[in-house]
Amino acid sequence: MILQTLAFYVFAAVTIAAGAMVIVARNPVHSVLYLILAFFNSAALFLLMGAEFIAMILVIVYVGAVAVLFLFVVMMLDINLAEIKQGFLRYLPIGALIGLVLFGELLLVVGALAAGSGGQPAAAGAIGNTRALGQLIYTQYFYLFQAAGMVLLVAMIGAIVLTLRSRPGVRRQRIAHQIDRRKEEAIELVKVPSGGGV
Amino acid sequence: MQIGLEHYLTVAAILFTFGIFGIFLNRKNVIVILMSVELMLLAVNLNLVAFSTHGAGLVGQVFAMLVLTVAAAEAAIGLAILVVYFRNRGTIAVEEINMMKG
Repeated sequence: MILQTLAFYVFAAVTIAAGAMVIVARNPVHSVLYLILAFFNSAALFLLMGAEFIAMILVIVYVGAVAVLFLFVVMMLDINLAEIKQGFLRYLPIGALIGLVLFGELLLVVGALAAGSGGQPAAAGAIGNTRALGQLIYTQYFYLFQAAGMVLLVAMIGAIVLTLRSRPGVRRQRIAHQIDRRKEEAIELVKVPSGGGV
Repeated sequence: MQIGLEHYLTVAAILFTFGIFGIFLNRKNVIVILMSVELMLLAVNLNLVAFSTHGAGLVGQVFAMLVLTVAAAEAAIGLAILVVYFRNRGTIAVEEINMMKG
């Protein structure tokens, strides 16, 4: 039990510290790397809670796909780092005010919940977490699961359509055009008279 | 000391606040704003899974998966828009995105 408590505090502290570094780091590349650190540590928090499947999905989807996508885009766009951090201090007071108000409200909610009935941890079932989730999403929430797949499909097509560009003046291979060529239009037979040029 | 539901909710609350704070703090950089949104979605997922594993049933984890899906889709679309915008304008400063202001 003491080990679990210690692990929670370590992972929670690193998650929060990494989350703070995401928003204050000067270099966007460093922000992305701190974001990856935050994702890893919250995956560890999910493991501590006993949600193994979500933890692994978090590592695969967030770290493997989303964070790498961020990294690609950050490195693709060359951003002037000096001028992007101007006005950082200008928005600090209003941002700090709103953040503090919101955090106070959230703490009130958590405090009210703690004063009420603190839920008991769910006992680990006879079947594992992954299996139980699978039995749920493939039966009761099957349409929701399919809808999630549709969301991903639409996002993929949207991203491709958005970033696809046709530049003028590029010579592309047009296969249909190649196959359509006939002998009549490709070859010209010239009868050369003897003694004269073509 | 027993680690209970409140502990996880507090971590999620702090992360969510950092997300909001990041949006206000980085008014010039759209990429960091998108990352702040990801932080907020992560905090929401922490909440959902914390409630789910502390006696509210597995539905919370199903919903957390859906939130994860939407977060991935949002990141893909947002970054695609960003790439197109940078190609057209040569900058991603938020303050210069005012073409639709009228």
